[in-house]
Amino acid sequence: MELILVNIIDGLVTGLLLFMLSAGLTLIFSMMGVLNFAHASFYMLGAYFAYQISIALGFWMGLLIAPIIVGVLGAGVERYGLRRVHQYGHVPELIFTFGLALLIEELVQFIWGKNQMPFNIPEVLNYTAFSVAGNSIPAYKIFMIFISVGIFMGLLYVLTKTRVGMIIQAALSYPRTVESLGHNVPLIFMGVFGVGTALAGVAGVIAGPVLGTFPGMAFVLGSIVFVTIVIGGLGSLWGALVASLLIGWLTTFAKSYNLAMSDIFNAIGISTPENMDDNIFRDLWTVTSPQIADILPYILMVMILIFRPAGLLGKRES
Amino acid sequence: MSNQLTTDPSKSAQRMRAGSMTMTLMPWILAAGALMLMPFIFTSSSALTIMNQMWITVIFALAYNMLLGQGGMLSFGHAVYAGVGGFACMHIMNASDFFASFPLPVLPVFGGIFGAGLAMIVGSFSTRSAGTVFAMISLGVGELIAASSVIIVAFFGGEEGISGDRTYAMPFFGNEFLQQINVYYLTSFWVLLSAALMYLWSRTPVGRMANAVRDNPERAEFLGYSARWVRYYSFVASGFFAGIAGGLFAINYEIVTEENLNTASSGVILLVTFLGGVGFFFGPIIGAIVFTLVQTVLSLQTELWAFYAGSLFLATVMFFPGGLAGLLMMHVPVFKLGKAKLLIEPYFKTLLPAAIGILGLCALVEMTFHFRHATKGDNEMTLFWTTFDSHTVLPWLIALAVTAVGLAIAKRTAPALKEAWSDANSAGEVS
Amino acid sequence: MSVPALELTGLTKSFGHAKIIRGIDLSIGKAERHAIIGPNGAGKSTLFNLITARFAPTKGTVKLHGEDVIGLQPYQINRKGLSRSFQITNIFPAMTVFENVRCALLWSQGYKYSFWNLVNNSRRLTEGADAILDQINLLERRNLPAGTLSYAEQRALEIGITIAGGADVIMLDEPTAGMSHSETDYITDLIMKVTEGKTLIMVEHDMGVVFGLADRISVLVYGEIIATGKPADVRADPKVQEAYLGAALEAEH
Repeated sequence: MELILVNIIDGLVTGLLLFMLSAGLTLIFSMMGVLNFAHASFYMLGAYFAYQISIALGFWMGLLIAPIIVGVLGAGVERYGLRRVHQYGHVPELIFTFGLALLIEELVQFIWGKNQMPFNIPEVLNYTAFSVAGNSIPAYKIFMIFISVGIFMGLLYVLTKTRVGMIIQAALSYPRTVESLGHNVPLIFMGVFGVGTALAGVAGVIAGPVLGTFPGMAFVLGSIVFVTIVIGGLGSLWGALVASLLIGWLTTFAKSYNLAMSDIFNAIGISTPENMDDNIFRDLWTVTSPQIADILPYILMVMILIFRPAGLLGKRES
Repeated sequence: MSNQLTTDPSKSAQRMRAGSMTMTLMPWILAAGALMLMPFIFTSSSALTIMNQMWITVIFALAYNMLLGQGGMLSFGHAVYAGVGGFACMHIMNASDFFASFPLPVLPVFGGIFGAGLAMIVGSFSTRSAGTVFAMISLGVGELIAASSVIIVAFFGGEEGISGDRTYAMPFFGNEFLQQINVYYLTSFWVLLSAALMYLWSRTPVGRMANAVRDNPERAEFLGYSARWVRYYSFVASGFFAGIAGGLFAINYEIVTEENLNTASSGVILLVTFLGGVGFFFGPIIGAIVFTLVQTVLSLQTELWAFYAGSLFLATVMFFPGGLAGLLMMHVPVFKLGKAKLLIEPYFKTLLPAAIGILGLCALVEMTFHFRHATKGDNEMTLFWTTFDSHTVLPWLIALAVTAVGLAIAKRTAPALKEAWSDANSAGEVS
Repeated sequence: MSVPALELTGLTKSFGHAKIIRGIDLSIGKAERHAIIGPNGAGKSTLFNLITARFAPTKGTVKLHGEDVIGLQPYQINRKGLSRSFQITNIFPAMTVFENVRCALLWSQGYKYSFWNLVNNSRRLTEGADAILDQINLLERRNLPAGTLSYAEQRALEIGITIAGGADVIMLDEPTAGMSHSETDYITDLIMKVTEGKTLIMVEHDMGVVFGLADRISVLVYGEIIATGKPADVRADPKVQEAYLGAALEAEH
């Protein structure tokens, strides 16, 4: 029972982290119709910038400044890169962001090298918040939850309650109309792209100390983020939230309960074959849930795409 | 993609039949001749290895372009089909009785069959739509299969992969393919055959409709074709040829690992194809040759080769979406007008300084890298056959000056080049 | 009486709460030239899209040669002999004019998804496409990319693509929209020529074209057909007068 609680907290942390990335990605996608392949690269940049700043000015300045730099970079990429490629169509746009992801990874290796950076949890938060049945919950995790929830609330407030939010929402569905009403739609696009990447930057800053700051970090999380928004339904913010949490919990639980595939097969009435050596399915029998935890999201995605192609909360494709 | 002027098959129909036959066959005869003669020109064993690698990449890139260029489907996980073809061939190599019952050159067919088989399964749900959704599914499925490779050890061999021995096949006219040169001719045979088949595919009804569906799926539907099934057939065919490339890889290296199907490999083939140019059939061939050369030559010279490759790729996407083939074909009208001479001087005046400037920039990049990452006390570095101390000012000044001057000259002469270009492209008299 | 080429019964379409098509019954006979007219926003294009399965109807049936085609995909309907053009030019702009027409011939000549035939080797395809090009007077433009043609030429090409497959029910959505007088006359003659002996259903704004071409006319107002009949009868119908006059008066305010 207590273990469940620990897992719920851990899964929540992972899920909310995923959501900070998938929220920005979804906003950008529904506005411009382009999936930003380099989104997780901005997450990585956030972590590296924060690390560099934290050496000089400490973690908190890093948390404040790094996302701003990342956001400005993101806006620049939109302005001078994407907007140019936009004229060629969606597929070249996607290829562009893919190339950008490659280049950012190389750039990071160029500047900081291939090793993991010693980017650590700030001292203030380096203690145990409380323990559940002998499992200590670090304060930093609680901090991560608060930051993500806070950002989500802020985003929701801006999008639904403010004038800027209204314009953005309108520009999502009717860019032409909004433009003819005198709003600068390209500027809005650039702004949304900047904010979306800045969000990824925040995620990077707070994830860097726990998940590690290394050149492969974008790649590790990047494809999971895509899977998340496909599962949630492309362009649906709530779908992204649901899918992020789902994946967070799914992978956490799969990792902590050591279920073997043979147990599951036995439970549904298939008995384990006597001689395993010649069986081509032998690996399938011995697979355990921690082993497949990382590929569960992909399996889930394939299932969703087969049975509900529009995603969990996505609108049906017309 | 707006600039996809695929080679126009209707033109040849207009010409005299006999004439058009030699016209169409000529490039293939030349290619066959070149493939035959290459080992006599480049005799070293490393050259053979590079060429084998090149031809395999050519097949894979052409297969990839059946999707991207001809069908408008962007895949981020196409290495999976080549990889699975390779693994299947490896298992056949290790099934000694069966493997001994046919000669080695037949083996890639099995790779093709397995590649196509997997494509049939995945395609059944992934080809419902093109564009972003297709791209995402390809990525997800690619990741899934790549990640499964460490779990399903029986088929993928875990982290070590699977190795085998090609010489156990039935001797092919007494040949057991012990030597690299034998494998070279086997690969050459397959590259020619596959390229020809893929070219012919683009001339079949389903191949023509792939273009139609790429450009305007709705119109194609109102012509009696289901966009989805057209995509599906292209996808399966592409999986087949990717599988052949995988089979050839297995024969060449006698080991297949997770690296053959992971996302990085899928990314590389996208890069190769796009660099070469997706709008023309021969684009991926150029891409594969250039990329393999750059990879092998540059990676010996610098650690940063992937950085340069990435920059080149991004520049291609932004400024030359037609790729190298597009750049080449831009010049066809100029030659037809007989005005190519007009371009020689401006090209010389702009491109040469630009190239020097870019080399200067690369020198700066290399020096920065050395400055930051070389071990303490190791201040010496060698660049462009010169050895110097990267911690002194002089080399930096020189590199900076070369970069600035080169790029500045290129910038000043660029308008003249532009003018010469439009002159060369207009039909009227030269002013 | 023989089976009508196209028969609509109780056809209804709502988008959310907005009823766009409010129960349409219409029967169009074989080889009839039928025009659908009506003020802007009456639902003419929606009606077209319902018949050709671009949208699914909320209620009602569409019968092509007596066969229910609701629930079929556009390509299946096309194979049953119905072909359409679009209000906004819908061709393959990157392909040559000849290729455009040849693609339109592939299915009807039985090539299906084959990958064992080479299109260049088929004399029947080449000659068939050239014959269509001759009909629409685009033979000289044969090898140009379709996107480089003039607007009127692109419209002509679209009509060519639409009829190429040999469909016997042809639906044209505003074929003369945005054209000059001479271009309109040209296209009208072209339509007359290429739909000889076929069923033609067209949406059109230009009354000159409508009264010149159509055997019968239906007037669609706010999703309902208020009159169907011979051009002279429709013109004299007081309800039609009122609808058009009413719309004209509204537009003034």
